[in-house]
Amino acid sequence: MIASQKPLAAAIAANRFGLGAKPGELPVIEKDPEAWLQRQLAGRVPVPGGAGLKPSSETLARALEVRNEVAEARRAKKQNADDDGAKVAIALKLPALYRPVYIEEAHARFAHAVTTDRPFLERLTQFWTNHFAVSVDKIVVLGIAGAMEREAIRPNVTGNFAELLLAVERHPAMLLYLDNQASIGPNSRAASFLKRRGNGQGARKLDINENLAREILELHTLGVDGGYTQADVTTFAKAISGWSIGGDANNRGFARLGLSNGKPGEFFFREVFHEPGAKKLLGRNYGDDGVRQGEAILKDLGLRPETARHVSTKLARHFIADDPPVPVVERMTRAWLVSRGNLPKVYAAMLGSAEAWSEPLSKFKTPADYIYSAYRALGIPAGERRRSLQAFEALGQRALQPGSPAGWPDTSADWDGSSALLKRIAWADAVAQRLGAERNARELAPQLLGATLGAETARSIARAESGSQALTLLLASPEFMRR
Amino acid sequence: MNLSRRGFLEAGLFAGATGLVASRLAFANAPTDARFVFVLLRGALDGLSAVPPVGDPDYAGLRGQIALAKSGEGAALLLDGTFGLHPALRFLHARYAAKELAVLHAVASPYRERSHFDGQDVLEGGGTRPHETQSGWINRALAALPAGPGRSGVALGANVPLAMRGEVEVASWSPTRIDALDDETLARIADLYARDPLLSRRLAEALESDAIASEAQAAADAEVSDDTAMTGRPENLVERDAKQRRNNVARFAETARAAANFLKRDDGPRVAMFDTTGWDTHANEGGAQGQLALRLRALDAALETFHDASGPVWRRTVMLVATEFGRTAAINGTRGTDHGTGAAAFLLGGAVAGGRVIADWPSLSRGNLHEGRDLRATMDLRAVMKGVLHDHLGVPQPALDSKIFPGSAAIRAVVGLIRS
Repeated sequence: MIASQKPLAAAIAANRFGLGAKPGELPVIEKDPEAWLQRQLAGRVPVPGGAGLKPSSETLARALEVRNEVAEARRAKKQNADDDGAKVAIALKLPALYRPVYIEEAHARFAHAVTTDRPFLERLTQFWTNHFAVSVDKIVVLGIAGAMEREAIRPNVTGNFAELLLAVERHPAMLLYLDNQASIGPNSRAASFLKRRGNGQGARKLDINENLAREILELHTLGVDGGYTQADVTTFAKAISGWSIGGDANNRGFARLGLSNGKPGEFFFREVFHEPGAKKLLGRNYGDDGVRQGEAILKDLGLRPETARHVSTKLARHFIADDPPVPVVERMTRAWLVSRGNLPKVYAAMLGSAEAWSEPLSKFKTPADYIYSAYRALGIPAGERRRSLQAFEALGQRALQPGSPAGWPDTSADWDGSSALLKRIAWADAVAQRLGAERNARELAPQLLGATLGAETARSIARAESGSQALTLLLASPEFMRR
Repeated sequence: MNLSRRGFLEAGLFAGATGLVASRLAFANAPTDARFVFVLLRGALDGLSAVPPVGDPDYAGLRGQIALAKSGEGAALLLDGTFGLHPALRFLHARYAAKELAVLHAVASPYRERSHFDGQDVLEGGGTRPHETQSGWINRALAALPAGPGRSGVALGANVPLAMRGEVEVASWSPTRIDALDDETLARIADLYARDPLLSRRLAEALESDAIASEAQAAADAEVSDDTAMTGRPENLVERDAKQRRNNVARFAETARAAANFLKRDDGPRVAMFDTTGWDTHANEGGAQGQLALRLRALDAALETFHDASGPVWRRTVMLVATEFGRTAAINGTRGTDHGTGAAAFLLGGAVAGGRVIADWPSLSRGNLHEGRDLRATMDLRAVMKGVLHDHLGVPQPALDSKIFPGSAAIRAVVGLIRS
């Protein structure tokens, strides 16, 4: 990188690959922008803590207790403990248990994002959380979606894709979100047992649920054009049937029969649900090997070129441009395959590409990135829980609620609607009204935007009629909306 | 919107970009007086529960615990000897009786895989393959109309979905509190955006929509009488977490009302779109009661709200309610249904030649299922879209066959969908 480009590269490193510059940061980054990003990947990965953050197993175990309490109460009143009435009673109690946990989690990750000195690492973390999306509009994951990021994603962001993939697909939040915990092989021991008892007729049909298997292939690994068929989806679903969660109250019957029920709230391979037999998937044979069968399939999926290309494309689209430059994707895909899924090597291939540092301001910030960068720019403390989360609600990107397993979309057209823009401006103005007297937008603008600050914007800020108007103009400027 | 903001708009700062002022003077030259609304149900609505084929001999067996009955408590609302409507769809049933609802069944876009996201992409893009186009069929249909005021659309939501994206200006609108923003600051931001064509256009659209919505709000405030429709039918929403459900229903109805308010105006857009999620019922879908029933009730209430709020333009309105694909014919192991093929859809509105089910029913017998698992699709949704766009909005046939639905010349428009 030649010296004259370094100021521009510093602004790009802070804003495109980070979460927005903090005042005083750009001169430090300017010494070697790429090294500044690389350094953030080294060393132990910080995991946000806090008294309110509990392991997902603890939250789920508590939820199981709630279920049991409801069942007991109904039995005491001689009511059915497993009918719709019971479900209603449980459903009414779970949000009260989960909502405070969700607020605590969302706030912790927000506070971490606005203060961290490793913003590139945080962007990568949130990229993966979105790649492996669970959405809290499904109430069963409301209390554990944040824990999934801490437990399955963060420890693996600078590791190998295979480990990340396995950690996510085994996590109770993913299993519950995509309905795998109750997916039962049609020839499993559980299904055979019920058939022998003659309960098959008219009673619940025991069969697989293919939701998780399909989304792993379509979204998490190969991509929709990755060459798999409906038969592959069904086979894969059978291979991971039995991937479940310990202690499920609905399976007390099995516990009574002396079968293990696992540790409450933790991943549990429920062998009696598993479809036995060897499986053939995408041309490869997998022996009848219990939980290892699904693990072996996941490992192979992570190494396939379709996966390398699909995920590299998404990474490049997230960081560089809506239509990511083909040579960058090629280099990342190659790095993936050569290193067998070593993620830091893939990131390095992206950062080492000249295209990653050209065309400033090519991406339109998502609402979340916009809020993070404003908080960092103005040094606003993450503050009181509810208030900090309302911004995300107002700008249309509620924490951990992308609404579908595909995650939040990632191109300008998905976020640049006229109403979305107006909300952003109104929010910026409200922030500026609060802080305009204490912050000097004219001094801040070059510190935040560096070499990307245009003359028009600088002039407009300089001519503002008040401190708060100047701040509104800075936050609403094209340079601050884009990255 | 305050008076000074309107003054600011009409002073012409944005007139060049939005045509707001021009449209008020010249709406008599609008290219069409018809109104069209696209309601997209994202997540794959279970057509076999929304429009249960209760007369099909295989239906009850395939559907097990979630099958709807022909008679008795929680029975389907019968349409004819074969089909009923889900009992949550009371308003739709009444419109059917009034011949303002045509029910479409065993329909699908050309997409035959089972990815939600690609399925929606094809349905919205109007092509035959995912990611074939960057624009949507509704926008291209608008582009094929003669230029003039009213040749515009509005997407209810913060952003514009693919079906509405393209060269014709389409604003997005959702409630935003901008009262505190002063006009002077807005004018400066507009100047700041002069070198950024995208932001410049978006800001202009936003302020125009805000002006329209504010006027509608003012009118609504003036006649306080009809705010009961906003909350739907709360007496039926007691199943669980009733308050949040009510809020969801109210928000959806509010969106529908906003759409009606935009379309009601002579100088407003002719086309609107809104969408909802939550139809992906893989587990515990429920029958007459339950998860899907709650969603359907909210949909029914929203459509009723639109009907009530649209007033005189209802008789000139066609709404297409559709989803990306259907769900499996049989229930799965978790009392839900997985991704399928043939789906149900609705054409609703005063301009619809309704009171009938339009379907070439393939039957649910095992041999007739698509890939042994899904309701077979026997009608291409593009044929329906073409019929509506041509007969209702007056979009010319050649444009429909090539530009709007590329490569669809062999797909004939369904005729007679619009009341003559």
